[in-house]
Amino acid sequence: MIVTLVNRLGDSSLHFLEQAGRFTLFLFKVLSTALRPPLRWRPVLRQIHFIGARSTSVIVVAGFFTGMVLALQFYDTLMRFGSVSLLGSAVALAMIRELAPVLTALVVIGRAGSAICSEIGIMRSEEQIDALECMAIDPVRYLLVPKFLATLVSVPLLTSLFIMVGIVGGWFVGVMMFDVSEAAFFQGMYETVVTHDVVMGFTKSLIFALLIVWITSAKGFYLHLERFGAYGAEGVSRVTTDAVVAASITVLGVDYLVSAIML
Amino acid sequence: MARMNAVIEPAEKQNPVIEVTGLVTHYGATKILDGIELSVPPGEILVIMGGSGSGKSTLLRHLLGLKKPSAGHIRLLGRDIASLDQKQLYHLRRQIGVAFQGGALFGSLTVAENVELPLREHTDLDDGTIRIMARMKLEMMNLAGFDGLMPSELSGGMLKRAGLARALIMDPKILFFDEPSAGLDPVVAVELDELILKLRDVMGMTIVVVTHELESAFKIADRITVLEEGRLAITGTVDEVQATDNQRVQDLFNRRPRNEAVNPDEYLQRLTGYRPDA
Repeated sequence: MIVTLVNRLGDSSLHFLEQAGRFTLFLFKVLSTALRPPLRWRPVLRQIHFIGARSTSVIVVAGFFTGMVLALQFYDTLMRFGSVSLLGSAVALAMIRELAPVLTALVVIGRAGSAICSEIGIMRSEEQIDALECMAIDPVRYLLVPKFLATLVSVPLLTSLFIMVGIVGGWFVGVMMFDVSEAAFFQGMYETVVTHDVVMGFTKSLIFALLIVWITSAKGFYLHLERFGAYGAEGVSRVTTDAVVAASITVLGVDYLVSAIML
Repeated sequence: MARMNAVIEPAEKQNPVIEVTGLVTHYGATKILDGIELSVPPGEILVIMGGSGSGKSTLLRHLLGLKKPSAGHIRLLGRDIASLDQKQLYHLRRQIGVAFQGGALFGSLTVAENVELPLREHTDLDDGTIRIMARMKLEMMNLAGFDGLMPSELSGGMLKRAGLARALIMDPKILFFDEPSAGLDPVVAVELDELILKLRDVMGMTIVVVTHELESAFKIADRITVLEEGRLAITGTVDEVQATDNQRVQDLFNRRPRNEAVNPDEYLQRLTGYRPDA
């Protein structure tokens, strides 16, 4: 019994280390390829359209409701301390430093990250990646670099959109529904938010973008090396679910780390 | 043909375009291929046959440089592929074409865009020329008029032919074809066999076909290699392999099931996990 447990633990640890090493090499390969010319903009723009532009409606809806609920909660709390004038500052800071980067990342993981993983996974299982190799077309440059660059461009832009719409949502609840002074709402925001807050939000969104595209694309790319095998529709869907869960948890964990370092 | 014969030396006198020596490969601790020796002269059609799990797909992946061997060497067009870096390997691969079993076309591109892809990636030809060349290959595969369709709109046989059109677009010196006849109706399968023979006769192409379709193999092969549990069972002309006294090869060619004697104790253990002596 104990021997079996130790065996399993050892097996899992070895698998984890092997996968960590493989994923790290994968990241270096993609980034070094991206930095070497030539860079083709057309596939990058196509991916920005898919990952970024087509996520805007979800981001707008999510951002607006998040801003509204944030204003509602802060209004209730600040009322108890008689500091309702700080509502604008509270909404803006929470949005810029924390909620917008994290929630945008989670929305992108659900919408685009899962699609990236399943697309690459299906290409792997249907021998399309082998076909690229055999045609002397580097799959890293052809397939992965555009997705990496597009995600790195799209996620910070989507985060900015989330922040703007979230502040509008907060304004709608605070100013329009609870009659908080509009001047106090925006003046407080103007006085409290400093460059460091924006840098923190932007840094987080860039790191999250890299984590999302790295984890989801590597899981799909190495579908054939999964420990318990991955074949056909079941294999792709299982690996996609794993990728979404792994990316979401990593984003939440790294969010804490970045906050702890930058605060 | 007479003119070609004057230019091309007899096959046995030329350096082999594919040469495999002492190839061994493992999957984990299991040996998949063991001591494979192969030599394919230019202009030959070699058919690799074997039952399921005999290692023929693994051998093909090795020949394409998609998998590195545990031991042994594979020389393609005179280059040892295991010793090449990525750039050199890609340069070599521009001279080969691979038609995958299911076509392996990209779902986001039309049939024509799929066929045009290698030309767009590797040449500076203008759009018009590329389009004409792709149409020529599609016409050759009886796929004229299907160029604007997406792969999802094609049947299995059409996907396979479109995949072959893409494999041929760069006029390769060597063509690898994985299961050309599998899943095709008999007429299309015969057409594809005729096309393979034409590619050898007209273009002098060296062709390696992996298949388990006997009729097709006997029709197109100059030589047949049969794999049995990761080892070479026999390599020879169609007549030579048909005359072999190797029982396993004869079973394969005559579609005879293996009637190996089963030890009752082993059988019981396989079914139940129960060990009578434990």
